[in-house]
Amino acid sequence: MENYSIFAYLTSGVFFILALRGLSSPETARRGNIYGISGMIIAIVTTLLLPVIESYVLIVLGILIGGAIGTSIALKIQMTALPQLIAAFHSLVGLAAVMVAGAAFHNPSAYGIGDSGSIPIASLIEMSLGSAIGAITFSGSIIAFGKLQGIMSGNPITFKFQHFLNAFLGIVLISVVILFSLNQTQNFFWGLTILAFIIGFLIIIPIGAADMPVVVSMLNSYSGWAACGIGFTLSNNLLIITGALVGSSGAILSYVMCKGMNRSFISVILGGFGGEDLVVKGNKITEQRPVKSGDANDAAFMMQNAESVVIVPGYGMAVAQAQHALKEMCDILKKKEVNVRYAIHPVAGRMPGHMNVLLAEANVPYDEVLELEAINRDFASTDVVFVIGANDITNPAAKTDSQSPIYGMPILEVENAKSVLFSKRSLGAGYAGVENELFFRDNTMMLFGDAKAMCEGIINSLGK
Amino acid sequence: MEHLLQELTVFILAIFVGYYVIWSVTPALHSPLMSVTNAISSVIIVGALIAVGPALFGISKIMGFIAVMLAAVNIFGGFIVTQRMLQMFKKKKK
Repeated sequence: MENYSIFAYLTSGVFFILALRGLSSPETARRGNIYGISGMIIAIVTTLLLPVIESYVLIVLGILIGGAIGTSIALKIQMTALPQLIAAFHSLVGLAAVMVAGAAFHNPSAYGIGDSGSIPIASLIEMSLGSAIGAITFSGSIIAFGKLQGIMSGNPITFKFQHFLNAFLGIVLISVVILFSLNQTQNFFWGLTILAFIIGFLIIIPIGAADMPVVVSMLNSYSGWAACGIGFTLSNNLLIITGALVGSSGAILSYVMCKGMNRSFISVILGGFGGEDLVVKGNKITEQRPVKSGDANDAAFMMQNAESVVIVPGYGMAVAQAQHALKEMCDILKKKEVNVRYAIHPVAGRMPGHMNVLLAEANVPYDEVLELEAINRDFASTDVVFVIGANDITNPAAKTDSQSPIYGMPILEVENAKSVLFSKRSLGAGYAGVENELFFRDNTMMLFGDAKAMCEGIINSLGK
Repeated sequence: MEHLLQELTVFILAIFVGYYVIWSVTPALHSPLMSVTNAISSVIIVGALIAVGPALFGISKIMGFIAVMLAAVNIFGGFIVTQRMLQMFKKKKK
């Protein structure tokens, strides 16, 4: 029986690896997801067959309630709200990890780690790590959710001695973990969990909304390490394998996102980047300079007479829900024999791959959607670039101005195209608070207004 | 101690597998990657089931029950939302 369950858990772990492997291309990805689901079913059924499971009523009830909630949320959620959904899901994994660690502490014999009061010290350390990381994931994800959902301000919240306070709490946390491992009392267990909860809250509040791709990836990683901690506590290889997979996945995504902004992970985590103060400063400079602005008719005229058009979407497209109107506009252009493609910057949007999902939702074929390295050289031979709700990721200051906060960030080199259209709500500076030199160039035309309304206007005009 | 060493071996190897598998994921699918990793990390439901399993009623059983519910939300929600996303990725019709 024992051997059988070990083998089944291993199978499940292999299925999870195959699930991730499937994501290497959109063609194999759906099969990958089926592997993932199969792996999960194997893991749950194997556990239910263990002799320690004696009553099934609460298990069935819990799965039914949770499953119903999860299913209805997943079916209803709009694709533009994905980042906050993912953040919310991370918080649940975190809380579940805390609960499992707590359960193991209160009933260690069920998990085969000794009896209450005489749990081995290694298990206590593993348990406290699982619970602490879980609690940090939980509260951190709630803050990320609040910022993404707009419940709380997306601006960084900073105060004096913030990092000092965090470091201090971190040291206290480690001390409580040691005390708990030596004394194994309930108070120390909950003490360290609550402390970790507060730390999770404090480390996310100074990070601004546009840095959320890094934060969401990082919390993704934490949820994996929390599962690992629980896996060590329970001596369960499946949890260790899965936790390590998820942990490294989140870590790699954080790295990719940081690289996309040319910022170090540490500087993102310390926070305080961007926010209203900087944006106001940016506005003051821009007000004095003239820009060329046009309307939907001008944009339609330029694009239908172009040979090639590249679309550069950003977070503004998601906010305006403009992806469907944009796709319709591009379809008309394609009928007029214009070559239309899409260029995606790694950090466009609020989570990794955010723009790709929105374009896919609008039925844009994925082979028309290109990553930064694949398209950057083509801008020089492009007639019109249509930037919709993006700013910093096109700002040439990142290459030329070593004083700029975004200096060194890889950008989509739209300035090389013959002309550039910016669909934006206002002339305001981007998230980084830097004015975009491109706005003032002769071959740039600003299209002020809501991105979706602008696309619809262009569609009307093209139809004439 | 031997137990811990065996677990560490699995842990380190799994990190390496994860490292190479994740780098091969296409950037276009980074969002589904996040939602599917979210779903599979809910495999901690295994730990929760063991807490709910015993016939005896206690605080550990209540906590296990909460964890089962939370993990179930994630498992169902995570896999379904991933499937929804992946359904949308289509190739150009020639």
